Amino acid sequence: MDKITRLVSEKGVVIFSKSSCCLCYAVIILFQELGVNPVVCEIDQDPEGREMEKALTRLGCNAPVPAVFIAGKLVGSTNEVMSLHLSGSLIPLLKPYQ
Amino acid sequence: MELHPIISSKGMNSSSTQFVTPSRFGIYEPIHQLGTWGENFKSNGNPNTSTPMIMEVDIKLDAQVQTSEDTSHRTFPPPTKYEQEASKPLKLLQIQRRLVQNCEVARKSRLWKKAYVQQLESSRLKLVQLEQELERVRQQGSYIGGGVDGFQKGFCGPVNPGIAAFEMEYGHWVEEQTRQICELRSALQAHISDLELRMLVEGGLSYYFELFRMKSTAAKADVFYIMSGMWRTAAERFFFWIGGFRPSELLKVLGPHLDTLTESQNMEVNNLRQSCQQAEDALTQGMEKLQSTLAETVAAGQLVEGGYIPRIPTAMEKLEALVSFVNQADHLRQETLQQMSRILTTRQAARGLLALGEYFQRLRASSSIWATRPREPA
Repeated sequence: MDKITRLVSEKGVVIFSKSSCCLCYAVIILFQELGVNPVVCEIDQDPEGREMEKALTRLGCNAPVPAVFIAGKLVGSTNEVMSLHLSGSLIPLLKPYQ
Repeated sequence: MELHPIISSKGMNSSSTQFVTPSRFGIYEPIHQLGTWGENFKSNGNPNTSTPMIMEVDIKLDAQVQTSEDTSHRTFPPPTKYEQEASKPLKLLQIQRRLVQNCEVARKSRLWKKAYVQQLESSRLKLVQLEQELERVRQQGSYIGGGVDGFQKGFCGPVNPGIAAFEMEYGHWVEEQTRQICELRSALQAHISDLELRMLVEGGLSYYFELFRMKSTAAKADVFYIMSGMWRTAAERFFFWIGGFRPSELLKVLGPHLDTLTESQNMEVNNLRQSCQQAEDALTQGMEKLQSTLAETVAAGQLVEGGYIPRIPTAMEKLEALVSFVNQADHLRQETLQQMSRILTTRQAARGLLALGEYFQRLRASSSIWATRPREPA
C-alpha cells in the first residue's frame, strides 16, 4: 500500500500501532529503552486506517499491530521483535538510528 | 551404652511384642512389651533416680514372672535358697546377661518409637496438604461461580471445562516433570554420552514449551485464572509475573550453576541477561497500561443486570489483549530458555535444566513447609 511504503522508505524505524493497543505500547517502550525514537503511526487515528490494516495483514502481520519496519523492511510483530532482541540481533539493526 | 534395668512390666498388650529367648541356663527371661517400654522411658526422666538396686530388681523380676499377663511358654519357680547360694557367680552372669538384653530391647523400643513418630509426621503433612488442596479447590469454585455474589463454600456454579481440563493436564505435567528431573539427575551422575544427554536436554526444553501451549489454550478459556496463578502453589504465586515465572529470575537461578563458562559464553549470557531484563520491563509497562485502561473501562461501563463482565466491546478487546500479554510473556520465557540452550554446552545445559527443575520443586515445597511449621498455640 502506498502510504505504508512511502512511510517506511522515508523513515528508518516505523511502528504501526493502535492507540488502544498496549502491546504496541510495550514495543515502543522497548525501542525507546534501546535509544531509538521510532516513528509511530496509529492506524486507528488515521483516515486510511482500515486499508492500512488490511495491507499490513497481507504483508504477513497476524496482529496486524504492532508492525515494525526497520530500514524499509518488515521485521514483524511483537514475537519477532522479542526473539531478535534476545538473540542479540535487534541492536545491530537499530545502530544507525540510535 | 546405658544400661536400663527393668523397672516394671505393666502387662499391656502390644501387637509388636518381642520375645527374648530363654537363656542357656534355663532361667526365664521376662517378655518385655515395647509400648510399655516407651511409656517408661518417657516418664522416668533421670535414669539414675529410678535405678533400683540390682538385687532388688531381681526379686521384683521373679515376682513379675508369676503375675504377667503375657503369653509365656513356661514358668519357672523362683530359685531355691540352695540354688541361690551355690550360683552366686552364675547369678552375676545372669544379671549381666539380663542387663545387656534389657539394653538391646530398650534400643529396639527407641527405634520403633522413632519410626512410629516419623510415620505420624508424614501422615500429618499429608493431611495438611489435602486440606490445602481442598481449600484451594473451594476457593476456585467460589471464584468461578461466585463473583458479585461473594464467596460460597464448596463447588458452585458451572465449572469452566477448559480450566478443569487444564488443571488435570497441569497435574500430569508436574508429575512428568518430576520424573524427568530424576532422570536428568541420574544421567548426569552416570556420565552418559553427550548425544544422549542432548536428547534429554531437548526433551526437557520442549516439555516447558508444552506447558506454554497448554497455558495459551487455557488463557483463551479464562485469562484471569491463568493470570492469578490459582493453578500454582502459593510460594510460586508470590514470584508471579504475567502468568508465570520471570525470565530474568530464570537467569538468576541458573547463575551459580554456570561457573564453567568461557569468556565468550560469559559475554553472551550477560547480553542475554540485559536484553531479557529490557524486554521484561517493556512488557511490564505495557501491562500496567492495560490494567489502568481496563479499570477505566470497567469504571465507565455499566454492569448488565446479573452479569459479572461488562458487555462492552472495548472491554472484551482489553481482555483479549490480556491473553496476548500472557502469550508474550510465555514467548519471552521460551526464548530465554532457547537462548540459554544455544549458548551453553550440552552438559552445562543439562545441569542448568536440573537446577531449574529443582528450584521449582523447592519453591513448590516451600508452601507446604510453611503451612506445616510448628506453631505456638494462639
